[in-house]
Amino acid sequence: MPTRPVALRARGWGWRHAGRRAWALRGVDLDVAPGERVLLLGPSGAGKSTLLAACAGLLGPPTRTLTDGVHEHENGGQSVGELTLDGRPAALARVRDRVVAGQLSAATGLLLQDPDAQTVLARCGDDVAFGLENHAVPRHEIWPRVDEALSLVGFRQGRDHPTARLSGGERQRLALAGVLALRPGLLLLDEPTAMLDPDGVDLLRRSVSDVVEATGATLVVVEHRVAAWVDLVDRVVVLEAGGGVIADGPPADVLHRHGAALAARGVWVPAHLPAAPARRRSATAPALLSTQGLDVARPGSRQPAASDVDLQLHGGRAVAVTGPNGAGKSTLAHVVAGLVPPLHGGLVAHEPLARGLGPAPHRWKARDLAARIGTVFQEPQHQFVATTVRDELAVGPHRQRVGETELNARVDELLERLRLGHLARANPFTLSGGEQRRLSVATALATRPGLLVLDEPTFGQDSRTWAELVALLAELLEAGTGVLAVTHDRALVSALADDELVLAPSRRREPAGVS
Amino acid sequence: MSIAVADPRADSGLDLHAPIARTNPVAKLAASTVIALGLLISVDVVTAGVALALEALALPWCGVRPRALLRRGVIVVLGAVPAGVATAVFGEDSGSVLAALGPVSITSGSLLAGAAITLRIFAIGLPGVVLLSTTDPTDLADALAQVARLPARFTLAALASLRLFGLMAAEWRSLSLARRARGIGDSGPLGALRTALGQVFALLVLAIRRATVLATTMESRGFGSRRERTWARESRLHWRDGLLVAGALALTVLAVAAGVRAGTWNPVLS
Repeated sequence: MPTRPVALRARGWGWRHAGRRAWALRGVDLDVAPGERVLLLGPSGAGKSTLLAACAGLLGPPTRTLTDGVHEHENGGQSVGELTLDGRPAALARVRDRVVAGQLSAATGLLLQDPDAQTVLARCGDDVAFGLENHAVPRHEIWPRVDEALSLVGFRQGRDHPTARLSGGERQRLALAGVLALRPGLLLLDEPTAMLDPDGVDLLRRSVSDVVEATGATLVVVEHRVAAWVDLVDRVVVLEAGGGVIADGPPADVLHRHGAALAARGVWVPAHLPAAPARRRSATAPALLSTQGLDVARPGSRQPAASDVDLQLHGGRAVAVTGPNGAGKSTLAHVVAGLVPPLHGGLVAHEPLARGLGPAPHRWKARDLAARIGTVFQEPQHQFVATTVRDELAVGPHRQRVGETELNARVDELLERLRLGHLARANPFTLSGGEQRRLSVATALATRPGLLVLDEPTFGQDSRTWAELVALLAELLEAGTGVLAVTHDRALVSALADDELVLAPSRRREPAGVS
Repeated sequence: MSIAVADPRADSGLDLHAPIARTNPVAKLAASTVIALGLLISVDVVTAGVALALEALALPWCGVRPRALLRRGVIVVLGAVPAGVATAVFGEDSGSVLAALGPVSITSGSLLAGAAITLRIFAIGLPGVVLLSTTDPTDLADALAQVARLPARFTLAALASLRLFGLMAAEWRSLSLARRARGIGDSGPLGALRTALGQVFALLVLAIRRATVLATTMESRGFGSRRERTWARESRLHWRDGLLVAGALALTVLAVAAGVRAGTWNPVLS
């Protein structure tokens, strides 16, 4: 199924979002030849996603011209310079997609990072057909093209399989099939693996590799994880925030010259991976919590998500909980953290942790629980309750009636320690992914818990945030805090874990979400 | 992550090849609407009772087994029974007094009115439960757009957002757990109310964010352009569909005629 590959060209291109003073991108000069494969790197906030959206024609056509070559667009943003696909303005790409004699070939196809938000319909086949219907492809051609796209990405389920039962990796594969069915000449992938576990990353990378091989389409990938893509691309292009292209060339060459600088800005460069901090292990490790033959179930279910778990948590020691999606790792973390009652079996919080409250954390009052066990959720936004970063940090200590002076001291220390000082008045929901992660950890620490439970703390983080988190956790461990971390991240396990608990896949196959 | 909208094909209590289950969703919708309109005009035991009896006769062709019907129709029962009891107890008194306690009395008139209310809710609710149980949301959207000619933008956007509701249920659970983890939620009714409001707000923020990405996805696959679209799944009317609507019409006429004949017909608008 070869497509006609599209050439991309940018000259002095820039974009300013509606209502912003600074340009998200400016002075971008870039030539991508038909069939070329490019990895686009840069620190977060460098406008990589904006460039992809512009290529996909999603920023809309210009509506009027302001001074000196600046155009205003429908959505209120402004552009400067030129951005073309095969010599025609990218802003018009969507308008131009058309069916010629029943043969649709779209200029571009865009894949985004959130698998949950990219599934449109309830059945897999319908989801792939969706784009073809919108492009008015005749019915008798739709289904053959759906089947072709599904087999091209290596999708194993049938057309009728419900999309609700797909794992994150399968879901991204399906979204890729939906994009491919339109036979785009330029494939744009915007951090497609950021929200996938290692198996999912593998699955999707193989699909993309097969697809570009079979179609010959031009490929532009934005990613933080260089290792997954470097073998697949011909070129690496580095963007600087507001500064255009600062490096462009063969992967080995660019990574050699700019690897250290990129790594310092959070890009995962293979030769410059963050080092694990050295840690002194204390001689005494008081038992905090233990389980014996513990079964846990998701809320509202009587079916164990994980069963027969034996676990020992000690102050100053870290336990990593690993295992495939759907093995009940997050559920176990919620039970250990006292948020959900156990289904069967024993769970005992020992005196150094319970401090007079009895052995069952799920019976403790919320206020008392927060002072003893801190929980960091996989999705930081789930745990934000205040309107500013500063108030967010004060919520826990305030609930425990910590005095004003002590409270301010704690909050200031955390703001400083987690590089959030300049954001003290910002709304937590407006922070970047890395900042939100740091804030969510800080909120759990503000109440000085003896045990910290973290669910995928390093998930989707850039290397700089990763290194900071690991250093912070190592410090807490040295100070005697116990840590339980649910994770897929092997680097985190080897950097911190004293013990690893591997959960087996549950016998009954559950609809696997992003664990 | 479960989805709030039930997948009809995954339910063993359903037979989606049954003659009525198989009809076009728009025909099922029209049939339920005809029955509902006919029964809304009058509150009387005979009309509602005959309608319900005739519906029960049609049930074997609907593809919903009694147990599945009960499970899915529990909300109708929860509404119908208290409404009837309340009417019997507090409704306008007439006829002989059957029981009395202070100012509250049950008379033969109010008991009959209560029975009429309960029967009517059942008779209107039953076709609705069958419609919802045997209709896949995707098929409904296809039918609304292709048969009823509703705008595709509207039906497809509604269908896509339906999927997000399932995610919102899971998200709400996570938000509740996270609030307990933060030490919030055990400070009396006022505190609980404040926590709940904050949680609703957080849910909305998350939902809007996700919906924005979904909208981008749909747009990047050509949704929302002005040009005509095609349909991968054809939805059209069949002679069965006409039969179903005619049947619903006949059922309604018979029920009303029985009510008029028995002298209990009591149009609310006269």
